[in-house]
Amino acid sequence: MSASTTTNEKRGLLNFIRRRPGLQTLVLIFPSLFWLVVFFAVPLLIVFVYSFLKRGPYGQIVWEFNLGNYARFFDPLYLKIFARSFKIAGLTTFFCFLFGYPMAYWLATRPAKWRNTLLLVLMIPFWTNFLVRTYAWILILRDTGLINNALMSLGLISQPLPLFGNDFAIIVGLVYGWFPDMVLPCYAAIERLDFSLVEAAQDLYANEARSFLRVIFPLTLPGVVAGVMLVFIPSLGAYVTPDLLGGAKSVMIGNVIQSQFLTVRDYPFGSAFSFVLMAIMLVATLIYFRVGARTA
Amino acid sequence: MSADTSLSPPKPVLSRTARRGSLLGRLIRGGITASGIFGYVFLYAPIVILIVFSFNSSRFVSSWESFSFRWYGELFKDAAMGTALKNSLTVAVSSTVISTVFGTMVSLAMERRRFPGKMAFDALLYLPIIIPDIAMAVMLLLFFVLSKFGLSLMTIIISHVAFNISFVAVVVRARLVGFDRRLEEAAQDLGANEFQTFWHVTLPLLMPGILGGALLAFTLSLDDFVITFFTAGVGSTTLPLRIYSMVKLGITPEINAVSTLLLAASMVLVLVSLLLQRKGGAPVTDLA
Repeated sequence: MSASTTTNEKRGLLNFIRRRPGLQTLVLIFPSLFWLVVFFAVPLLIVFVYSFLKRGPYGQIVWEFNLGNYARFFDPLYLKIFARSFKIAGLTTFFCFLFGYPMAYWLATRPAKWRNTLLLVLMIPFWTNFLVRTYAWILILRDTGLINNALMSLGLISQPLPLFGNDFAIIVGLVYGWFPDMVLPCYAAIERLDFSLVEAAQDLYANEARSFLRVIFPLTLPGVVAGVMLVFIPSLGAYVTPDLLGGAKSVMIGNVIQSQFLTVRDYPFGSAFSFVLMAIMLVATLIYFRVGARTA
Repeated sequence: MSADTSLSPPKPVLSRTARRGSLLGRLIRGGITASGIFGYVFLYAPIVILIVFSFNSSRFVSSWESFSFRWYGELFKDAAMGTALKNSLTVAVSSTVISTVFGTMVSLAMERRRFPGKMAFDALLYLPIIIPDIAMAVMLLLFFVLSKFGLSLMTIIISHVAFNISFVAVVVRARLVGFDRRLEEAAQDLGANEFQTFWHVTLPLLMPGILGGALLAFTLSLDDFVITFFTAGVGSTTLPLRIYSMVKLGITPEINAVSTLLLAASMVLVLVSLLLQRKGGAPVTDLA
């Protein structure tokens, strides 16, 4: 008796939900929506509001709308950090392209049965611990690291080369960290390339350089642009790499944000800094999607 | 991408000129091959070096003495390391379970239903993936400070769920895109109701995607440093935080040992996750 009532009730509930697709949708999206609004959108909004406030003399927040935090970017100290961050991110992107594009070309011209395995092998380090992978470079680059030890024991140098604690070390670490992000989109573009077009160019007496510059490169440009975005954006916002591999003088945007929040405790200024970083990233992403939509 | 594997590989472009024996052609071809090999050496050399030196008996990190498990032994004696491991696993398991359930639910809604504000929600769902770690870290810190949440393991879990929902959703949605809905129709034609269809047809077919997403979430959570660093309270040190503070104090061989274990763990997890996703025909490279 009681068993049949529960089945009836259950059936009633099932029918109730079944007849309401809107309710089903709400149930499906609500947990994620709630989480992302409360723990993502709201914090984002707070950072935005805070960036217009002021830090009082005792570290408290002064509720007074002002643009002072943004004006402080024009302080030569911060302009220099911005310039250095852009330079490091730019060089990282350039080297990723320089080594990544030929590698992508090589991968795309391997026999089909090998390609997926080769890609998998390329991806594995990318998804392992970034902190640990960055730490590995300390062992290689520092004054008593592998390279300097080897060169000194061979007698090639008497003083350790300055490989560590500078912009060079940061660039090596970032290229290492984001290299697959350049290779994969380039690979995807080259693999899709219709190679009969290249043959046509060569039939028309284009040499290797010409058929690359006039046919292959333009046709795979969307992949290159995607790779540039995927490398440049995280490099610009890098924090761990400059913190571990850069010295006291090689500070990037991420380190400024960290010290404003954890050391100086100037939340409004730190907020302004991180907001500008996010804005640069968002604008770059939007431009990319606009351009991507036009070329596709 | 995996769909294309049935096609024949593109013909080597430079073969014609290489046959002609052009020096430039041979140089370019050699350079391309070299860059392929160099790429893999570059990616794996630091990892191999780290692993090799974790078995070095010497207390000095950069000079090889002899093979030994000494530093792994030290690890097991280190009580702080044990606590860090326990904290890491607590965070990874909790955030994986929550984000996998929520991420799978939201994927079903995003791929199969229409609702007002869907475009905006789609953007919100992708933002945690593209936003720089440091920006997400400080905004969560500010939020927890202002809302008087005491920083603890709980705040780390909340933060990890906030980025993991997005990653799980990407993987599960990729699986849903290739989903043959005729299988569900067939089940319903045979008298199954919506719930039976979901339980016996949809869910089993989605499982590789869900498991792949869960493993990815677990790995990301286990490996995360930046966001954890900003949202961790006193006594909620995870393994990456412990490694970081050890590195800052000075390089010791013990760091090599714990790093090797963490690398091995994430490599196995990632490999299984990627293979699971591939089984479903979703491109491995979608996440890059």
